[in-house]
Amino acid sequence: MNLPVLKAADFASDQDVRWCPGCGDYSILAQMKKVLPELGVPREKIVFISGIGCSSRFPYYMNTYGMHSIHGRAPTFATGLKSTRPDLMVWVITGDGDALSIGGNHFIHALRRNLDVNIILFNNRIYGLTKGQYSPTSSEGQVTKSTPMGSIDHPLNPLSVALAAEATFVARSMDANVKHLGAMLKRASEHKGTSLVEVYQNCNVFNDGAMAYAQERKQRPNNTVELEHGKPLIFGENKDKAVRLVGNHLEVVNTADVPADDLLIHDEKDMNPAIQMMMARMRYPEMPEPMGVLRAVEGVATYDDQINDQVTEAKEKKGPGDLQKLISAGDTWDVA
Amino acid sequence: MTATPKTSKDVQSVTGITVRLAGDSGDGMQLLGTQLTNTSALAGNDVATFPDFPAEIRAPRGTRAGVSGFQVQFASEEIFTPGDQLDALVVMNPAAMVTNLSDLRKGGILIANEDGFIEKEFKLAKVEANPLDASVIEETYRVFKVPMTELTRLAVAEHGLSQKIADRCKNFFAMGLVYWLFGRSLDPTLRFIENKFGGKPDVASANEAALRAGWAYGETTEAFGESYQVEAAELSKGTYRNIMGNQALAWGLIAAAELSDKDLFYGTYPITPASDILHELTKYKNFGVRTFQAEDEIAAVCSTIGAAFGGTMAVTASSGPGIALKGEAMGLGMILELPMIVINVQRGGPSTGLPTKTEQSDLLQSMFGRNGESPLPIVAPRSPGDCFAAAIDAWRIATECMVPVILLSDGYIANGSEPWKIPDVSQIEKITITHPEGADGDEPFMPYARDEKLARPWAIPGTEGLMHRVGGLEKEDGTGNVSYDPANHQLMTDRRAEKVAMIAERIPDQEVFGETSGDTLVVSWGGTYGSCHTAVAQCQAEGMRISHAHIRYLNPLPKNIGDLLRSFKTVIVPELNMGQLRLLLRAEYLVDCIGVNKVQGKPFAVTELVAAIKEHSVPQTKSKAG
Repeated sequence: MNLPVLKAADFASDQDVRWCPGCGDYSILAQMKKVLPELGVPREKIVFISGIGCSSRFPYYMNTYGMHSIHGRAPTFATGLKSTRPDLMVWVITGDGDALSIGGNHFIHALRRNLDVNIILFNNRIYGLTKGQYSPTSSEGQVTKSTPMGSIDHPLNPLSVALAAEATFVARSMDANVKHLGAMLKRASEHKGTSLVEVYQNCNVFNDGAMAYAQERKQRPNNTVELEHGKPLIFGENKDKAVRLVGNHLEVVNTADVPADDLLIHDEKDMNPAIQMMMARMRYPEMPEPMGVLRAVEGVATYDDQINDQVTEAKEKKGPGDLQKLISAGDTWDVA
Repeated sequence: MTATPKTSKDVQSVTGITVRLAGDSGDGMQLLGTQLTNTSALAGNDVATFPDFPAEIRAPRGTRAGVSGFQVQFASEEIFTPGDQLDALVVMNPAAMVTNLSDLRKGGILIANEDGFIEKEFKLAKVEANPLDASVIEETYRVFKVPMTELTRLAVAEHGLSQKIADRCKNFFAMGLVYWLFGRSLDPTLRFIENKFGGKPDVASANEAALRAGWAYGETTEAFGESYQVEAAELSKGTYRNIMGNQALAWGLIAAAELSDKDLFYGTYPITPASDILHELTKYKNFGVRTFQAEDEIAAVCSTIGAAFGGTMAVTASSGPGIALKGEAMGLGMILELPMIVINVQRGGPSTGLPTKTEQSDLLQSMFGRNGESPLPIVAPRSPGDCFAAAIDAWRIATECMVPVILLSDGYIANGSEPWKIPDVSQIEKITITHPEGADGDEPFMPYARDEKLARPWAIPGTEGLMHRVGGLEKEDGTGNVSYDPANHQLMTDRRAEKVAMIAERIPDQEVFGETSGDTLVVSWGGTYGSCHTAVAQCQAEGMRISHAHIRYLNPLPKNIGDLLRSFKTVIVPELNMGQLRLLLRAEYLVDCIGVNKVQGKPFAVTELVAAIKEHSVPQTKSKAG
């Protein structure tokens, strides 16, 4: 079949984008439009499902099928859709409040079921659409409209939550690093099973610069480490720092001080998530925060495959259903 | 296996028998009741049942709270209820006796497992002395004390089972005795034993031995002088089976899927009394049924909406508390204008309420339990067998109008059973669904354009050129784009309401049992059909000018309801709630209605309805016929 060659513009809907000027969401939208044509999936086979929040307006701006659903529930709509229409490519667009607060339950259950969908979690560590309350990823002590004396909640780390929920693909990227972001979206789309990509996204109105340590070009090399499968975790302006596993914790070392063999080598395919979990927990300022694919394991059955395989198997074993036979089976009697 | 032996004692022919079997939750009373029901149905009787059991799986043994009962009426004439007063009561322990005796009619048969009436059990049942010893008992009822535990042990002794296992057979002994007393065939239960326990031959033969011993006890002991015979009922011609409400509902959903050439997706979360629909449906994956046990009620309904968006026949089910959680999503389904069915098998409320008891108190929740202006069609089956047709009705309305339809069942219908004439599925009208084909791209696709029924097109993902976005924000008429325009919101609100209201043009006019005008009209809905119908029939037989309208389509109501209400001097609305339909009828038609209301976890007794009808009816005028 000859598929028409699509460009990013072909994925733009006719709707005006209504995010605040300077919002990190624009960058994610642009990367998505850029990546989709590379996947070779026709537009009508793609569905974007979102919850509620700034990020969740995303489907309206894509010229694909889409649903702007209910706060926190996007993964559940995706579950019903993908289970019955495995031929579709389904993306879930969510935010830190949507996925981790009101939708925390659905988030973990989608991940453990390993439904073949891609969840893109825009993390700006604040409630934007409701104008500036703290979110489940806001820092302790953060002063917001609803925490004038500082937040007393301990923040959730989306990557840790995902690993604990037995996710098969876990990655992180950021709005400011478009090339990396595009690559992560592509990797997520290629993974069979639930893919989670956390995207650091700047809310320039209510939480401007909250992740500047990772996003600003100058600070980024010292405060983040780009993961590569089979490679050590080298970072720093001069690529002179690395991470080492000592006992049951990770520490930062100078590459000059330790033999290369001592450095932690990233294994995204390791079925045991223990070290991946340690890496997920690396937080600024003590440690560089990991960017890239933390975990990508294969061979775990997907929910959509299994629910449909059971139908196929039942049809093979019992033959296709015969309704008249079903309702007429068992003890019956005739009235003449 | 040999066939049922014949009794040599006298047989008295009666038109109907109401019997209740009561014992501890673990005594197997539900099994006994189901077997007696099936056997009676196979004998050609009309049957109606009322299982009544505690919410706890194993409530404290021997206590009143742990009593599990199963009532069945079988008759040689058409019946609509499981009966009011009991002709016979079988009790396995003191708790069962003291909690059920008040329903046994004077002169009725009381069969007690004498071995269960011991000191320890009196304490558990909180009775001071053996209730069987009270002189009033012997004076009021025909009492048969049978040492069932002992006799069962003797009967199964040769099968070498442990005493614990042997004692579990005593419900089969009780069954054998009941079968003898009412001239029932042992054959269906013998077949059941073989199917159920075939893999454990010792258990199977012990149960058979207990069943036969019970029958033989009735035949040989002098205490029982005669047995009773109930002839086959004159039902309309056809092939029948016994069916339970939730089973009929599950099969109706499968039928609706087949009639509309769709696969069925069922997203749900376990809840009493709806879970049996899931258990039933998940057996039929070869029909293309996909069941999804979600992480919660919200996930269940939202997965259903997701499946509906993809073009599948999508259904969710719950009971009142779960429906409360689904409210927001039902509103979304409404504004997305996607077809689906939301089943509510009602139970006693509010909150967790009475999980295993019946009630009709979610009608107003169905009407108004969502934010904003969000009317949804409501269909309510009237009996277990009717659930089959109601499911098909609900899906037909949902797809014609592109709207979620609420199907309101209740615990009484769900767990009750009745003979059901097996329909010829090839004769049921198909449900035609069209999905728009791909557009060539010249004309922009209008996802919220409407047809003559005001339904929008069901364009499904995968269709080229019809890409569109739906969502919970108000939609612009036609384009479906987000719109905050004041006039558009008014228009869309009106359209969605009008669409539902227009269903009244296509549903049948309200039928009336009796004349279409007169002194008294009884209006009912849902599971109270049987009691209301029987009560009205009794009153008619006594010469009252009374009619009965049982409403199946609760939203919108049939077109002629208003005229009908105005054609009677008195309108009585019996409901197992505190007056919900009454409120709607008064509000809509400005007709006064008198409520007969109770929330006691039990269906209406016919006698209490007859009494209430007589109390509220206007002084009787001479009937024209009389």
